[in-house]
Amino acid sequence: MATALAQEATPSLAVPIPQTQEEVQVPIGEGESLFPPFDAEAWPSHLLWIVISFGLLYIFVKRVVVPRVGGILEDRRDRIASDRGEASRLARETDGVISAYEAELAAARQKAYSIAQARRDEIKSELAAKQSETEAELNKKIADAEVQIAARRDAALADVDEIAAQASQAIVEQLTGMSLSSDDALSAVRKAEAGNA
Amino acid sequence: MAVKEGGGLDPVKQFEVKELIPIQIGDINFAFTNVSLFMFVAVALVMLLMLLPTSGRANVPGRWQNIAEMAYEFAANMLRSTTGPDGMKFFPLVFSLFMFVLMCNLLGMFPYFYTVTSQIVVTFFLAMVVILTVIIAGIRQHGLAWFQVFVPSGVPGPIIPLVSAIEVISFLSRPISLSVRLFANMLAGHIMLKVFAAFVVSLSAMGALGVVGAILPLGMTVAITALEFLVSALQAYVFAVLTCIYLNDAVHTHH
Repeated sequence: MATALAQEATPSLAVPIPQTQEEVQVPIGEGESLFPPFDAEAWPSHLLWIVISFGLLYIFVKRVVVPRVGGILEDRRDRIASDRGEASRLARETDGVISAYEAELAAARQKAYSIAQARRDEIKSELAAKQSETEAELNKKIADAEVQIAARRDAALADVDEIAAQASQAIVEQLTGMSLSSDDALSAVRKAEAGNA
Repeated sequence: MAVKEGGGLDPVKQFEVKELIPIQIGDINFAFTNVSLFMFVAVALVMLLMLLPTSGRANVPGRWQNIAEMAYEFAANMLRSTTGPDGMKFFPLVFSLFMFVLMCNLLGMFPYFYTVTSQIVVTFFLAMVVILTVIIAGIRQHGLAWFQVFVPSGVPGPIIPLVSAIEVISFLSRPISLSVRLFANMLAGHIMLKVFAAFVVSLSAMGALGVVGAILPLGMTVAITALEFLVSALQAYVFAVLTCIYLNDAVHTHH
């Protein structure tokens, strides 16, 4: 490998012959059989370039990747957290609105019921008042009518007595020829009525 | 594939380092090689993946932004669950390591692409970064009290030296196990893949009977390819998880 490194430095592209010679020489030895990873001749080069390339990558990761990707992830975490907070706030607000609506609805229902109840009571009492008024009026009319009827009946009864007395006066006069005073006739009628009763 | 080139049936040839831009400083060769190239390809891809989809900073992510965010949150959750919120200052390191190893492993699955993590120096460097971070951050945060990490609580006095010695050895072996695990997995997987693929080529070159015989290794190649994708992601995950566990020592001295 040592000579391979050295010979590659010479323009080997145009001259392929040395390469084949090398490969022929490989089995023979002379340090050529050195396993490439263990060829210490190439180590300084590997070390130099790994330090440069890996150092570059490290600086890049530290300066660019971490702030950028870390920032993106941080932003997303914040955004999700704030969105979640907003969502739960809105949910709480919605719950509040719903319960307020329900309370209002219940109150309105209660109010409607009480209004209906009050109106019903009012109507009932009005009805009852009117009914009792009408009943009183009717009762009064009935009472009046009864008084009138009683009066008429009494009058009629009094007339009946009179008629009966006159009739008995006339009957007595016809039968006996004697005249009966009207007062006697009336008292006789009354006596007879009392006996019939 | 590379196996068709002369002598290309060698399964180790895929790990060959080729100089692209020769750079020599003093006696040391710092050439820009194909390995270096793929390090930068991996780094560039990670940057593009994290940068392009997130430019809109959309609150509702699209498909690609989702991938970038998932990778980010995956690493962040991993670190948070092992070290707690105190360890989040190491997040850039854990995320860089995870994405770099993952991207290198996955890039290695493309034919002709170099698997950077099959180089032990590379994985050892990454492991040393982790261990040195643990030591430096631990001492900076806790001062000398940080060395309590080697003295587990509840151990009776006489055997403390023995237990502490074991703890120190296990601590020192961490970078080795961390780097060798990743390196060996990637190397062995790619060699196995190439060996079976080479069977297919050499068998089918033998004529009709060979072509029939090549069916089995071909199926194996397909199966191992799928397995290697799994290993690529799994090893990146393992590397990142162990990094988190080790970093926990820097934050909490009692465990």
